[in-house]
Amino acid sequence: MSVLRPLDKLPGLNTATILLVGTEDVLLQQLAEAMLKEDCTSELKVHLAKSLPLPSNVNRPRIDLIVFVVNLHSKHSLRNVEESLHHVDAAFFLGKVSFLATGAGRESHCSIHRNTVMKLAHTYRSPLLFCDLEIEDFRATMAQRLVRMLQICAGHVPSVSALNLLSLLQNSENPSLEDL
Amino acid sequence: MRSETAGDVVRAKEMDETVSEFFRRTILKIPLTEMMTILKTWNFLSENQLQTVNFRQRKESLVQDLVLLCEENRASLNDAALLDIIYTQFHRHQKVWDVFQMSKGPGEDTDLFDMEQFKSSFKKILKRALKNVTVSFRDAEENAVWIRIAWGTQYGKPNQYKPAYVVYYSQTPYAFTSSSQLKSNLPLLGQTFETHNSTTPLQERSLGLDINMDSRIIHENKTEKERVQRVTQEIFGDYPQPRLEFAQYKLETKFKSDLNGGILAEREEPLRCLVKFSSPHLLEALKSLAPAGIADAPLSPLLTCIPNKGMNYFKIRDK
Repeated sequence: MSVLRPLDKLPGLNTATILLVGTEDVLLQQLAEAMLKEDCTSELKVHLAKSLPLPSNVNRPRIDLIVFVVNLHSKHSLRNVEESLHHVDAAFFLGKVSFLATGAGRESHCSIHRNTVMKLAHTYRSPLLFCDLEIEDFRATMAQRLVRMLQICAGHVPSVSALNLLSLLQNSENPSLEDL
Repeated sequence: MRSETAGDVVRAKEMDETVSEFFRRTILKIPLTEMMTILKTWNFLSENQLQTVNFRQRKESLVQDLVLLCEENRASLNDAALLDIIYTQFHRHQKVWDVFQMSKGPGEDTDLFDMEQFKSSFKKILKRALKNVTVSFRDAEENAVWIRIAWGTQYGKPNQYKPAYVVYYSQTPYAFTSSSQLKSNLPLLGQTFETHNSTTPLQERSLGLDINMDSRIIHENKTEKERVQRVTQEIFGDYPQPRLEFAQYKLETKFKSDLNGGILAEREEPLRCLVKFSSPHLLEALKSLAPAGIADAPLSPLLTCIPNKGMNYFKIRDK
């Protein structure tokens, strides 16, 4: 199974699984720990991967949300995400994929322009979040946000689906995408 | 207490002069920022005495005051040697160290190691071979002992300003040596060690990231992570890297590209380019690149060859 599909497995009882994809292991690990600190009625699972495709022959739960983490300081991390995107089924992009860009705060270290990731997110019709994951407080806030998004994507929030969330996010956050 | 004759008094004064000069020069070496720390580690001058000294004055005057205090305390050559060891321990990275591995001869038993016995027999053996030698010891962490040896000749007193250092980890077969002089005295050191072998293997220290403290976090690429760790360990080893602050690469090569053509590809003249890497601890930074996911493992041999080649200036030309 080299392509990730959103509905190819049955969900676990009250379980919500997020997959964080990115080259920078330390940041992903810290974000994962921050998410697990949150009080949440759902049982959370965080999978960390450097890139896609994921190793096959592994028993893993259904993935409810994929977050691709790009470090604006590293072209390597962007390229890695771009290549990994090819292994995700189109159905995931109906609200179950999000992009997260880190490192925007230290502009002198950025080798990737903000517009590049904005364009990438726009191409895949998915929301783009900015957060300097190295800073604990920002990371904690982002973790809260991701937990909430994850719960929605896993269907644990009544009356809100991943698709609802997607249209909400796209209208309010990216008004000027047409200008790109 | 023996009664002093005039001759004794004169001799005592003479010794004090060379010793106090040794003190003066040793203390002068110490940077002002480290002065307090080193003196406290030395623990020879009391708190009260240190408080009487003005540490904000000019260094030469400060050193003079400290030397006077040493003389008040009747400091001996051994005390000065100890201070020198402490200074060197603080500045160990400024020295070049050789490592020696001792091997057990056939049929020798593993004796239980006794530090005090080792020190006394080490000193005895050296002094038997060379009368004019100053040997001092200072215990350090992890069953290690720092040995300072000032060499003299058959007729000349030891030169305190070019000592050799040996750091011996007693539970291992390894000794580190550093010399400010010709290495002619090394065979003598080697002989001195012959009676004190140990075949206990070095404690293994591994550089492992804490994978997974929470079972709700699953690393999908565990095998890859382990491969990266293994490759990094193979290249860099387990221990801290030598401290290096920069590496410079001068490239003079023709432009090479996978893409066909382009203006630069047709250029006959080589491109000149200078790349400089700098860091407070460059080799540790390079070592952490692959585990942190910033670079692929293995790293380019241009970066990893630095310790092997002992170079940090490189000129890269087309063959």
